[in-house]
Amino acid sequence: MGNISVVPFGPQHPVLPEPIHLDLVIEDEKVIEAVPSIGFVHRGLESLIAKKDYNEMVYVAERTCGICSFGHGMGYVEAVEKIMNIEIPDRARYLRTIWMELSRMHSHLLWLGLLADAFGYESLFYHCWRIREQVLDMIEESTGGRVIFSVNKVGGVMKDMDAAMLARFSEKLGEVEDQVIAVRKNFLYDKTVQLRLRGVGVLTKQQAHDLGCAGPFGRASGIATDMRTRGYGAYGDLEFEPITSNEGDSFARCQCRIDEILQSIDLIRQAMGMIPDGDLFVPVKGNPNGEYFMRIEQPRGEAVYYVKGSGKPYLNRLRIRTPTFANLPGLCETLKGADYADVPILILTIDPCISCTER
Amino acid sequence: MSTFLNFTGTLLKNLVSKPVTKNYPEEPAVYPERMRGRIVIDIDQCISCGLCVRSCPPRCITVDKNEGTWTINRFDCIACGYCASKCPKKCLKLIPGYQKPGRSKAAVTYHKSEEVMEAERKKAAEMAAKKAAALKAAKEKAAAAGAGTAAAKPMPAAGAAPAAKPVAAADAAPAAKTPAAEKSAE
Amino acid sequence: MIKCPENELIVIEKGELLSKCMEMKVNGLRFSQACAAFYEGNYELSYSFADDETYEYKTLRLVAGLDEEIPSITQIIPTAVFYENEMAEMYGVKIQMISLDYKNKLYRINEEAPLLPKDAKAKNAEEDAGGKA
Repeated sequence: MGNISVVPFGPQHPVLPEPIHLDLVIEDEKVIEAVPSIGFVHRGLESLIAKKDYNEMVYVAERTCGICSFGHGMGYVEAVEKIMNIEIPDRARYLRTIWMELSRMHSHLLWLGLLADAFGYESLFYHCWRIREQVLDMIEESTGGRVIFSVNKVGGVMKDMDAAMLARFSEKLGEVEDQVIAVRKNFLYDKTVQLRLRGVGVLTKQQAHDLGCAGPFGRASGIATDMRTRGYGAYGDLEFEPITSNEGDSFARCQCRIDEILQSIDLIRQAMGMIPDGDLFVPVKGNPNGEYFMRIEQPRGEAVYYVKGSGKPYLNRLRIRTPTFANLPGLCETLKGADYADVPILILTIDPCISCTER
Repeated sequence: MSTFLNFTGTLLKNLVSKPVTKNYPEEPAVYPERMRGRIVIDIDQCISCGLCVRSCPPRCITVDKNEGTWTINRFDCIACGYCASKCPKKCLKLIPGYQKPGRSKAAVTYHKSEEVMEAERKKAAEMAAKKAAALKAAKEKAAAAGAGTAAAKPMPAAGAAPAAKPVAAADAAPAAKTPAAEKSAE
Repeated sequence: MIKCPENELIVIEKGELLSKCMEMKVNGLRFSQACAAFYEGNYELSYSFADDETYEYKTLRLVAGLDEEIPSITQIIPTAVFYENEMAEMYGVKIQMISLDYKNKLYRINEEAPLLPKDAKAKNAEEDAGGKA
């Protein structure tokens, strides 16, 4: 029996992009237990429903997170549309899908950079963010914002992409694809990266299922669940398979995410090829009355939007269950038995988004 | 095929190629056309309806109809563009370029030009006059009808209308007295 | 693409909660989320379970009074610990025997039950008094 001590980790730590605190119980160099505590950046966005009507809440929902902002807006808007029985125009569905995939690309590239930074590969970190910059430029050109898109509204979208813009984006996506394929080689076939990630923080399929893991974190352990398969937005018309891995270690999570970037490029191409002409939105009358659980696939995994309205412009309840919240128990499990030096990497592999967890 | 030095090729290429970043303060930043930078108002088109005030999620806009002013606290504004989409006269617009940072939060007030205010006052006065004339006519008609039928009760419409008249007049009066508003602070 | 089944809402009684959760777990459903809401003087607690293959989504709905004590499901589903702490902290739901009770310190807010309307408890007490009188 070694020496047992408790090491506090965070909320301020060089590897953490956002504040989370972990009490690590450590025996020699191994972590035997981890108790997370969050709540450093709680903003109480859910309580704003008492002050903002359901149209204004779109902007509040979007500002839940700085990285997956479009997804939050889309999830909320689709939930409200479902309650109000609004059929949005096909063009709006496709545009939402394209933006959602662009936001997934930029989120995953950001994560890859952070991961490279966590295992001390600074130049790879900058390289990933350099690729991400081109995606951000595309987003800014089409929506007007770099991270907060603000193009969703109940009933459709507010901005269009014309044929010239789509052609330009398609060309640019080709360039991004080449760069992602190059960087994929650096991540997946580099000995140093493998030494740092292989076999670290293994989570079996059964464990991932029991712990309710979502998104790439669960898919890396072999759970072939991708909310996009549910066919919201235009995903029902597109061809794709969830990307999974059976290894369940940090390397598998990295691999899943890189492959999802390439999958996103493919999905955007498909959507660009099939996008129909038509209106951008339908007029909306009345107030939401009813409740719905909307689930969409965020870059970090399954996000749940529970909206309950009672025929008034102000909603009764909006609840956002973000993927990081679901992945916290999984994180604690992977930390058990890990080396202390691997803790930063393990925290990063769930792609933590603490601000969006605390809303 | 895992190897060491996988990244070397890219590294060397990056070493000799031009930087992707911009030398920002020296080189101006180029914003795309659609960028949601900040809100501008064509104040003379504004009809002070207040829709922007009610739709603004952070509630950073105030409108004073009598003074003819439109005030925005740019440090609270989240540049979402909801006010611009709600504006019935389309006088609100989002333009590229960020709001300049400042040491403290401050609101900016825009005043309508004197000509527009004058025209509005004239219009209000005209409306008031029209209303008064209509009222007078209605009253006369009622009086005539009352004389004809010798009924004691006045018509309900005629009864409700006089109450509205002084309010309209009072509305127009302070607006007319307002001294020439200082031009927009910016 | 698979045809996604509609969400299913199952209204349950307090006594059924643990057995229903057990049933969901045995049927191989993944615990997806739990949340509280305040509606017409009562708590509405939702426990959602997702099927990863058929994409079914089943929600257990428990309507409870403000002072009712709810058993924790963390003994059956350990993952629920954060959700239950959140419910207790944001709405003041009285959840008994959470395996890891943060005691209202999950979000570090000074205020107690910030999402519950301030007058909710007083109003209910008033109504009770009115009902009795």
